[in-house]
Amino acid sequence: MENTIVMCCIWFQCAYIPTQLKQTRRMRQKMLNLIKIKDKKKEQAASAAGKAPVKKQSAGELRLHKDISELNLPKSTSISFPNGKDDLMNFEIIVRPDEGYYLGGTFVFTFQVSPSYPHEPPKVKCKTKVYHPNIDLEGNVCLNILREDWKPVLNINTVIYGLNLLFTQPNDEDPLNHEAAAVLRDNPKMFEANVKRAMAGGYVGQHYFPRCA
Amino acid sequence: MSSSPDEDPPAPTEPERWRDLDMLLSRPGNLVDANFAPSPGLRDMLGSLVEVLVVGAGGLGCELLKDLALSGFKNLHVIDMDTIDVSNLNRQFLFRVQDVGKSKAEVAAKRVMERVSGVNIVPHFCRIEDKEIEFYSDFSIIVLGLDSIEARSYINSVACGFLEYDSDDKPIPETIKFMVDGGTEGFKGHARVIIPGTTPCFECNIWLFPPQVKFPLCTLAETPRTAAHCIEYAHLIKWNEVHPGKPFDADDAEHMQWIYSEALKRAELFGISGVTYSFTQGVVKNIIPAIASTNAIVSAACALEALKLMSGCSKTVSNYLTYNGIVGTHINVSEFVRDKDCLVCGPGTLIKLDASTTLSEFIKMLEEHPKLLMSRASVTHEGDNLYMQAPEVLEQMTRQNLGVPMFELLKGATRATVHVTGMAENNGKKKSSLRKLRVAFNGVEEASKMDESS
Repeated sequence: MENTIVMCCIWFQCAYIPTQLKQTRRMRQKMLNLIKIKDKKKEQAASAAGKAPVKKQSAGELRLHKDISELNLPKSTSISFPNGKDDLMNFEIIVRPDEGYYLGGTFVFTFQVSPSYPHEPPKVKCKTKVYHPNIDLEGNVCLNILREDWKPVLNINTVIYGLNLLFTQPNDEDPLNHEAAAVLRDNPKMFEANVKRAMAGGYVGQHYFPRCA
Repeated sequence: MSSSPDEDPPAPTEPERWRDLDMLLSRPGNLVDANFAPSPGLRDMLGSLVEVLVVGAGGLGCELLKDLALSGFKNLHVIDMDTIDVSNLNRQFLFRVQDVGKSKAEVAAKRVMERVSGVNIVPHFCRIEDKEIEFYSDFSIIVLGLDSIEARSYINSVACGFLEYDSDDKPIPETIKFMVDGGTEGFKGHARVIIPGTTPCFECNIWLFPPQVKFPLCTLAETPRTAAHCIEYAHLIKWNEVHPGKPFDADDAEHMQWIYSEALKRAELFGISGVTYSFTQGVVKNIIPAIASTNAIVSAACALEALKLMSGCSKTVSNYLTYNGIVGTHINVSEFVRDKDCLVCGPGTLIKLDASTTLSEFIKMLEEHPKLLMSRASVTHEGDNLYMQAPEVLEQMTRQNLGVPMFELLKGATRATVHVTGMAENNGKKKSSLRKLRVAFNGVEEASKMDESS
């Protein structure tokens, strides 16, 4: 029993055990209160035991909650949450460009946000196979703010605007799909035709692109 | 223990072995903490009553376990998900060649117990996230020897999660979970003391950590200039191209060998030198160069801070020690300040609700609350998104909660931490804000108080 009492002091006072060394009656009285506190804690723990385990929400998740609740999506863009309303860390962005080469197409991007967000940028992949100088056939996206130029002050909205920009202004200077970039640079008319063919479902060169228009 | 608290404590055990430590703990001094009560029995109390958790059993962890065991702590736990790799042996001195492949936590615990009699170390061979939150509540102090921001951030949020504040926003002492965090990178290191609610927590100044270097994908794909570019190309682009749908595993030697040979081919193609197997590992696993002595210095500082925190025998570092051994030796202590609005360790704003208050009434209250003046609030509680103002899909999915009492949405908890985002007034301007709230239910609180006084 005495053992329990002293243990409670530690529980209560954590540091500075020494103050409990020379025990006085007053201290004992105080300790009795502590036992109560500890019992109460135990009760709480017991009542919590029947419930689902407490889920720790990381600071990154909270920041993402803020980003998502303040999203201001461009008209061309919609969002979906395949795992329901409580998993914001994994979502999809659907871009339907309203101008440029890719007008009429539908492009799906998966977003994976880590608990270290916004220290780490979200991981973004293009799920739709697309003929694009800055997106390769595996769905890797070359967008500076997703890698080398990511800053914690940026947010999900910035990334979404960046993705939209890729479709209105494909850029032949930072190619991931080398062939597409060369065509865009040397023969924009042919590039336009290739994009149309790929979006309608068909071959461009050796690669087949499923329909996405 | 059979002694009654009214009696003088017994003479210390093994006085010869612990003579120096006992001197430190049994004499008064001018630099001691205000609450320090020197006593010859203090070491035994530390040993029997304080439970210490060491997170990580690697370069820092091995040193920490040894240092803590030799500082009088007798109840230690160590948690690490890793197994021993042959490359660890140059500095993780508790491990031998025949231990390769075994759990770091288990081997480290066993070795220290063999060498330091009377010490009990319980190993946990698992991820820190695999443990129930309750597991962490048993420890008075958590000492961290980690190499990732993510793991630190997790332990920090767990430890700060135990912290409770009274109605004057003062931390309640029995809920404080002390932390000492060590870290090294080559010749540099840090040791910091985190007293949640008093000194800044990990999240208060996470901006201290520089962002990881990331190369542009198009540079990797088109214009590699360094050996690291070639390795990252094989790792980030080529792997998925050749192995679609097969996730890359950095701990699989075959996978690593494949990355190495692809990187080598690419380096030859572009006339780049410097791709080696160990450099490939270094780039892919983001391995930080480790120097045994830096680990020893930082761990020693951490163990000493743990001893000071638990015994009060001296003032602790306040609150961030940095060590730099590149040119000569430079040690500096900086006093960082807390972020008073920290979402993790801050008190948050106390909001009292009736058991019948609905979510929409709650959101209305936030608009009128003098400390918040928050409009268009979205509300989340431990990963449950109770209401989202946007985007539309989430608004629709959460709309039915608006008429439900908060007491029900918070699953009958009498007190809860809730986070809200919305437009809040800041110096007369409406600004987008994220705030922590402490919700307490009026009727329920009173009922439990009555129980206590009876």
